[in-house]
Amino acid sequence: MLEIRDLHAKVEGREILRGIDLRVNAGEVHAIMGPNGSGKSTLAQVLAGRDSYQVTAGEVRYEGRDLLTLAPEERAVAGIFLSFQYPVEIPGVGNLYFMRTALNALRLQRGLEAIDAMDFLTLAKEKMKLVEMDPSFVNRSVNEGFSGGEKKRNEILQMAILEPKLAILDETDSGLDIDALRTIAAGVNALRAPDRALLVVTHYQRLLEYIVPDHVHVMVNGRLVASGGKDLALELEKRGYAGFEPQPATPATNATRTAVGARP
Amino acid sequence: MSAVQNELRAFTEREYQYGFVTEIETDEVPRGLNEDVIRLISSKKNEPEWLLAWRLKAYRHWLTMAEPSWANVVHPPIDYQDIIYYSAPKPKGPGLKSLDEVDPEVRAMFNKLGISLAEQERLSGVAVDAIVDSVSVGTTFKDKLAAVGVIFCSFSEAVRDHPELVREYLGSVVPYSDNKHATLNSAVFTDGSFCYIPKGLRCPMELSTYFRINAADTGQFERTLIIADEGSYVSYLEGCTAPIRDKNQLHAAVVELVALKDAQIKYSTVQNWYPGDAEGRGGIFNFVTKRGKCAGANSKISWTQVETGSAITWKYPSVILQGDNSVGEFYSVALTANRQQADTGTKMIHIGKNTRSTILSKGISAGRGQNTYRGLVKILPGATGARNHTQCDSLLLGDQCGAHTFPYIEVKNPSARVEHEASTSKIGEDQLFYCRQRGIPAEDAVSMIVNGFCREVFKELPMEFAVEAQKLLSVSLEGCVG
Ligand SMILES: Nc1ncnc2c1ncn2[C@@H]1O[C@H](COP(=O)(O)OP(=O)(O)O)[C@@H](O)[C@H]1O
Ligand SMILES: [Mg+2]
Repeated sequence: MLEIRDLHAKVEGREILRGIDLRVNAGEVHAIMGPNGSGKSTLAQVLAGRDSYQVTAGEVRYEGRDLLTLAPEERAVAGIFLSFQYPVEIPGVGNLYFMRTALNALRLQRGLEAIDAMDFLTLAKEKMKLVEMDPSFVNRSVNEGFSGGEKKRNEILQMAILEPKLAILDETDSGLDIDALRTIAAGVNALRAPDRALLVVTHYQRLLEYIVPDHVHVMVNGRLVASGGKDLALELEKRGYAGFEPQPATPATNATRTAVGARP
Repeated sequence: MSAVQNELRAFTEREYQYGFVTEIETDEVPRGLNEDVIRLISSKKNEPEWLLAWRLKAYRHWLTMAEPSWANVVHPPIDYQDIIYYSAPKPKGPGLKSLDEVDPEVRAMFNKLGISLAEQERLSGVAVDAIVDSVSVGTTFKDKLAAVGVIFCSFSEAVRDHPELVREYLGSVVPYSDNKHATLNSAVFTDGSFCYIPKGLRCPMELSTYFRINAADTGQFERTLIIADEGSYVSYLEGCTAPIRDKNQLHAAVVELVALKDAQIKYSTVQNWYPGDAEGRGGIFNFVTKRGKCAGANSKISWTQVETGSAITWKYPSVILQGDNSVGEFYSVALTANRQQADTGTKMIHIGKNTRSTILSKGISAGRGQNTYRGLVKILPGATGARNHTQCDSLLLGDQCGAHTFPYIEVKNPSARVEHEASTSKIGEDQLFYCRQRGIPAEDAVSMIVNGFCREVFKELPMEFAVEAQKLLSVSLEGCVG
């Protein structure tokens, strides 16, 4: 579904991603872990098409298409969803209205009919139950005055409504208490399907107890330096990232390449 | 250049929808301004002697006045001798007896503008006084309104049929000597709307004036006078458009509102005069004096404006809070794109006890637009317990535009409470990206974000107008917004 090859990206002249290789098949859940500042959010934003990040080398194919040539809204139409690490507030724009506008924009591009306000309300209420969101949130402005946890819940609500094929969750667990974490994970798990994939970015393994990954990758300093199964997350929790300090052109990198980039 | 910059640049290249010209035969007075022109205008309207005297008094005073220079706008000096002060569509017959006799070309022009002069049609809840250049060409629902005691007619008719009311209130809120533009209007005003709501009546429909400038080189100088008698209520709407011309045209209007005891007036404007082109050529100079007087206790005057047009907007809809417990409100959205300049705001003059005022101003600047909020809150010594809350928010789209805020506060009564909040924000790359990530195209996203910014003001508009205003904002943002 998603294939990233030797991806390099710069922001404000500084190279942040320094050769990422990753392959995600439909039905899989991949976790990317790594210390703060290692480039996890940068990868997520590059995949979603943020143009303040400049791709300097490499390629990304998504369902056989060259993802990097698509505008952010075209990527959304193609089924890519990013749950933001820092969701944005949009004062004066109703949350429900925003989500309906988004859903209808996607439907329009996919040749489907728009959903009217009444039908959408029914849909939204059903999805809000899934993430246990208080109905009062529909009448508030997008993320305005939401607590950190409420914002994350709102991201997952949007994901549930938009039903993406590839969902990228950037630190969805930060700011959540354990109960909130469980409901959100339940919401995410409800979306797992053979034709969908998840890329879960986190720096705690806590979330991975609830959203169990098929693959775990370690990102350090703009590279994926190790890959493994879900046990790698536990190991990281014990050892920390210290063992993965960047060592340019060392066997660790090569090992990663082999492990991560297991090409057909 | 980033995506936001591109989107916002496109904003500055928006097109003006109402820029067409209609071929109508007109009756004009010679170009230029002097006492003879004023006498001619007055005689064309068969005015009484007192009104001509008032005009001439204003004109002689005007000659002594300097151009106001304090506003944060730049324009070449206005050549008052190069303006045609009276231009009226020529009546086809010997004078209009009913709306059916409105010139078909004029009727077609209004249809094109989306305004129906047929009473049974779409806007059946709204009575319209249609003004083209210098005169009113028709007022709908006049008879139906007259049946409940509402007088709604052109200013000229009011002078003829209700001279006692006009004489009592004309200039009672905006004196002829008020400021250079208002004084010019007092000397040369040609028509406008007049409205009187009798005691205790809630006006059964919205009243409105639609202003259309059509002829070239004319100025539009109209006056509106609205009197709400004790315990009455009226909601009044005003809309305006003009053709695309590469010369500036002057629009210097005066609006006076009088609310007697327990009366309420809600006045809403959607101003969409031709704004000029991307280089700043042409467009209307919109120099308007609007003021209301809460003359009686417990009265209320509420101004809501959505200003998207004009090359220059110079406008401060104000309220004199004379009656005890009276309330003044000002809700404003002003958008400047291209090289548009707006210097707008309000004055709230608290005279009576426990008077309250609310100011909510939303300024949006794009392109090379300059947007200034200028407001005065004045609490006089007798205004015990007066309160004001002011909030001014500015939104910048792009980095070549400007937002400025000049709040003036004068408090002469220690029991008064005055609060002022202000904010300036830039439309964020992050907000735009967030919307686009969800699938919303960039243009729609900008429109949505800007509409969200204006929401608190839009919700003060009557339903139909609110929809209109949102559409207008979106059209104005076209190229940058959907
Ligand atoms: N917009 C930006 N401008 C400047 N530097 C940035 C920007 N975004 C990220 N960075 C820098 O890139 C590095 C990686 O950041 P990020 O991808 O957010 O890491 P992570 O999500 O793994 O914590 C950090 O050093 C950060 O300061
Ligand atoms: Mg991050």
